[in-house]
Amino acid sequence: MVSRREFIQAGLAGSALLAGSGLGSIGRLAAQQRLSEAELLRFEPLGNVTLIHVTDLHAQLVPLYFREPSINLGVGEAKGLVPHITGKDFLAHYNIPAGSPMAYALTSEDFAALARNYGRMGGFDRISRVIKSIRAERGDRCLLLDGGDTWTNSWTSLQTKAADVVEAMNLLKPDAMTGHWEFTLGAERVKEITDSLAFPFLAQNVRESEFEDRVFEPQKMFERGGVKVAVIGQAYPYTGIANPRWMFPKWTFSLKDDDVQKEVDAARAAGAQLVVLLSHNGFDIDRKMARRVKGIDVILTAHTHDALPEAVQVGTTLLVATGSHGKFVSRLDLDVDKGGVKGFRYRLIPIFSDAITPDAEMTTLVKKVRAPFEADLGRVLGKTDGLLYRRGNFQGTFDDVFTDAMLQVRDAEIALSPGVRWGASLIPGQDITFEDVTNACAMTYPNCYRTSMKGSQIKAILEDIGDNIFNPDPYAQGGGDMVRLGGLTFTVDPYQTSGRRISDLRLARNGQTLDAGRDYTVAGWASINQGTEGPPIWDVVSTYLQQKKVITPRPLDAVKVVGAG
Amino acid sequence: MAQRAAQTRRETLIAGMASFAAAAIAPSLALADAAAVEAEIKKLYGDKKAEAGRIKLDVPQIAENGLVVPINVEVESPMTAADHVKSVHVFADGNPLPGIVSYRFTPESGRAAASARMRLAQTQNIICIAEMADGKLFTARSEVKVTIGGCGG
Repeated sequence: MVSRREFIQAGLAGSALLAGSGLGSIGRLAAQQRLSEAELLRFEPLGNVTLIHVTDLHAQLVPLYFREPSINLGVGEAKGLVPHITGKDFLAHYNIPAGSPMAYALTSEDFAALARNYGRMGGFDRISRVIKSIRAERGDRCLLLDGGDTWTNSWTSLQTKAADVVEAMNLLKPDAMTGHWEFTLGAERVKEITDSLAFPFLAQNVRESEFEDRVFEPQKMFERGGVKVAVIGQAYPYTGIANPRWMFPKWTFSLKDDDVQKEVDAARAAGAQLVVLLSHNGFDIDRKMARRVKGIDVILTAHTHDALPEAVQVGTTLLVATGSHGKFVSRLDLDVDKGGVKGFRYRLIPIFSDAITPDAEMTTLVKKVRAPFEADLGRVLGKTDGLLYRRGNFQGTFDDVFTDAMLQVRDAEIALSPGVRWGASLIPGQDITFEDVTNACAMTYPNCYRTSMKGSQIKAILEDIGDNIFNPDPYAQGGGDMVRLGGLTFTVDPYQTSGRRISDLRLARNGQTLDAGRDYTVAGWASINQGTEGPPIWDVVSTYLQQKKVITPRPLDAVKVVGAG
Repeated sequence: MAQRAAQTRRETLIAGMASFAAAAIAPSLALADAAAVEAEIKKLYGDKKAEAGRIKLDVPQIAENGLVVPINVEVESPMTAADHVKSVHVFADGNPLPGIVSYRFTPESGRAAASARMRLAQTQNIICIAEMADGKLFTARSEVKVTIGGCGG
């Protein structure tokens, strides 16, 4: 670590490696790269307001590897548009040289090789350093906004019911937040935490189901740099569908343009010169909402984990996409006067953990909250000799580990693993620790069930989830990537209509067609049904890894994607 | 045939969701279809054509819970003696029975607006038809998805 850190800080010129394989030697990199903290933070300030955005940190307090998707298809009006451009096309779209730090941070191209050169990203102490630097420069012009998916999905956050992350976030002193996975802590715990925060949890679209009373404040007005800034909170509108509703049975979530419009109008009536939607809608929903709701200046997007190096303009609305897992912090400087936004400057700041000095105060806090769990976190379960990752529309190599574990340990014919977008990556040669496993599965409904399903039921599930991902109308998409399958292969045409996307379902072990009328033994986890029984998924995966010892990822050929749309 | 297919899919969703939740309740009856809704409308208004417009039909695009789906409907009208909304009928083309709710208004109603909660057996269209004082008809429709959920990330 130290040597790479010194190497990165010492030698490197410019921001680009020569185009090519990106596999240049250290010497070549050293000659051509610069990745200094000063360079990463360099920003010519503009105007009177600075929005700082962090989102989808998924409780990842320490730096990690996270490979961006190689497949992230856009359907309907989003087809061919960012963020649905990946790999080399993404690099070409933004004119980013292959092998450069930003190519590593933003795409899956040459990921394993570049990960060795550029190291882990994120970490709350590096994020803290960046935020403190911006605040030192911009003073009372700054607003720090957290888009949610902050409190859950690490082992320590699960064990402490998010107390660890909440304490760390409090040290960052956000001005407001909204949420999604937060709700899987249960209504009572969410209220307990939000009541204790020094800043508001904003969610205009969460109501009591009976009388539609508000559960959280809808918006808050701030004054920054002499500008009245309204921040409206929009929680993930399909939380009650995507996650277990029984954990927050009296709350209802909605996606209504009219309600957002009312909040914007109220903010303007109260004198807001800048209206910000702190959103957890997901990028495609936000892009549509930007067209349908009038008067939003900035949407800080979240949920879909997209990292875009430029703000996207829809009419007069700016959309910012800050990525996930602490890999990035967004800085958006705005020049605002009585007539509105006159100009902006944006930078997606990559948090290269080897280049950014840790903030000592946060390092101490993170060490303190992790200390009681260090023995578990560091427990080595096995090793991987290939790249393990999840993110992407379809099965990743880390998902194969999960589905293989369920097939073997739960003695099932077919395994189902949820297509959540979180979960860190592991590079070839890395030990697989208990922390690595739980970073991909720590949640409050982890039971790995074993049940029987007919072939027709399995097909219906795949079609239903397929429509949640590939419905051409973003407002009709239910979130997440495609469910991951073990023991089955299939063909998918994302551009077909509901009920017609999935075909050629076969058992992987013998190539036989899935029989609609036969019963199959199925294992899975993350059921949203109350009372699901079975061991927690991390126990299942741990058992498998300890037996298997070394993971060699297979080629990902179980899902065949067809159709041009 | 359409009915049969719909029912089969529904049953599979209900039965199979040890892992993912089923959002609705199994019907013991055959489900309605678009033709059943058309027949109901024909009973009311014969072959008279309905125009699009005037109706604001507010239903979720994805139901959070198929058992209690909120519906708000409002018809634009001055609500005077000469020009007001007489009635609004709401139908669903995938439930055991197509009728959801019917409202009658007078100029004294002030606004032609109403709210209710409905139970939806599966993904289907909600069809609204409004009759004005002059006999004109307006219609609106919106699909509501009833999904098994889960997997949100």
